[in-house]
Amino acid sequence: MRSTLIIFRRELASYFATPLAYIFIVIFLVMAGTFAFFIGNFFGRGQADLQPFFQFHPWLYLVLIPALSMRLWAEERKSGTIELFLTLPISMTEAVLGKFLAAWAFAGIALILTFPFWITVNILGSPDNGVIVASYIGSFLMAGAYLAIGGALSALTKSQIIAFVVTAAVCFFFTVSGSSIVLSFLNGWAPAGLMANLAFFSFLTHFNAIIRGVIDLRDLVFFISVMALCLFANAILVDLKKAD
Amino acid sequence: MEAKIEVQHLTKRFGPVTAVDDVTFSVGRGEVLGFLGPNGAGKSTTMKMITGFLAPTRGTASICGLDIIARPIEAKRHIGYLPEGAPAYPDMTPSGFLSFVARIRGFDGAEAKKRIGLAVERTTLGTVLDQPIETLSKGFKRRVGLAQALLHDPEVLILDEPTDGLDPNQKHEVRNLIGVLAPEKAIVISTHILEEVDAVCSRAIVIAGGKVLIDDTPGKFAARSRHHNSVRLMLADPAIDARTALLRLPGVASVETVEDGEGKALLVVPQEGRSIIAEVTDLVRTAGWPVAALRVERGKLDDVFRDITMKAA
Repeated sequence: MRSTLIIFRRELASYFATPLAYIFIVIFLVMAGTFAFFIGNFFGRGQADLQPFFQFHPWLYLVLIPALSMRLWAEERKSGTIELFLTLPISMTEAVLGKFLAAWAFAGIALILTFPFWITVNILGSPDNGVIVASYIGSFLMAGAYLAIGGALSALTKSQIIAFVVTAAVCFFFTVSGSSIVLSFLNGWAPAGLMANLAFFSFLTHFNAIIRGVIDLRDLVFFISVMALCLFANAILVDLKKAD
Repeated sequence: MEAKIEVQHLTKRFGPVTAVDDVTFSVGRGEVLGFLGPNGAGKSTTMKMITGFLAPTRGTASICGLDIIARPIEAKRHIGYLPEGAPAYPDMTPSGFLSFVARIRGFDGAEAKKRIGLAVERTTLGTVLDQPIETLSKGFKRRVGLAQALLHDPEVLILDEPTDGLDPNQKHEVRNLIGVLAPEKAIVISTHILEEVDAVCSRAIVIAGGKVLIDDTPGKFAARSRHHNSVRLMLADPAIDARTALLRLPGVASVETVEDGEGKALLVVPQEGRSIIAEVTDLVRTAGWPVAALRVERGKLDDVFRDITMKAA
């Protein structure tokens, strides 16, 4: 546990050692605002809630999270530091967790910095703050799930670009599998069981339920399970691919 | 002598290729083992298995009695490892990087500070502590890697090409450092610079094609050379024909003409196991040849190395 914390601190600091952190945060905030105000019609709907803000998070994460996760292992493998890192007296679990938690905490920092939206709706009206808290938690968990997928895929390659593209593609699948685009395409000819399963694996389905204010433990468990599974896969993949 | 590194039947296959083939050796406290071999011989792969980075296909290694496969974390605590190319996080400063390693190795506060200070002093990193590692010269990067390996004062040091890319002064410093550390530790260094083996190692292992070909002291290693105990004779007057007279001496196998940086000379090669310096000096004196230089060769590591590794290939 101690080692996890030390790795976590080093990793988190390394985000801020390069312009990446600041660029990421600025782009995240600008895009979140743009989507909410212009596409989500934040003011025009005449409702005091943050749904137009949160509903675009899956799409934002789709583009931005792979940019965070791509470096997790690909960079270590490319520069050879993985050999130094994994010959320190730490376990694979500590290594994988420390790195993942740092990336997740970074995404969390970006998310927390959206607090002016929350303040704005509270000034303009009286929103259901319980739903907003739940939405933040849901968004944070979803970011973690995307990151865990990206981390595992980052262990597969030395190239950060490949890691980015593959992660974006896989995350896209997990996002849209429950969207109306895919479901209406399948509707009528695909077996109902398949559609239900596809929808179940969609981040959209689970996240939309949360931001509508329907807090179901199963939605939270879904994201946590995705994370756990991907982190487990991450450890195995690092072990398999580290020396290539 | 207490064995600190015990390598048993270490084997690594990558698909159909056997990179390391049944390597067995042990290194005790106070020993500096030179790991020699052409590029791709399996030196780095062997080191990666000893340090627990790579899992062996067969066999194992133990560090201070701790099996690297069964008890990896405990074993790794006793190892200081400089991987090939001395990788370090490029965006960190040496100071930040060393504190990270110190904390991971369980040192905090004053203890960490003291250990970092000592490692920095030993590797003379003081002037670049706060510059990002990516901006440092190759020599400094290598020393950052060394400092990291020495930080916890490990009983076992595994250094993969510690002097690669250093200038002659830096090489000299690193070799001196290894010399200073040697009595307290079991050290393995890999290199393809043969003079380095002469300079720092108490034992040399030659590996080629993944197999151990020789495990001996550098002195005995050199003695395998055909030129061991041969006499190099340089006459001031090149017109004199000394060859025929030299060939008639007892114990002389052949006389060769060599021409190198020092000039043109005769190399009198003895029959195996014999010393002929006395006979040659007697002859020179009785014949009254004007001598420019005369010395006994101890045999070149290079020649032996080439002989052995070419034969294996």
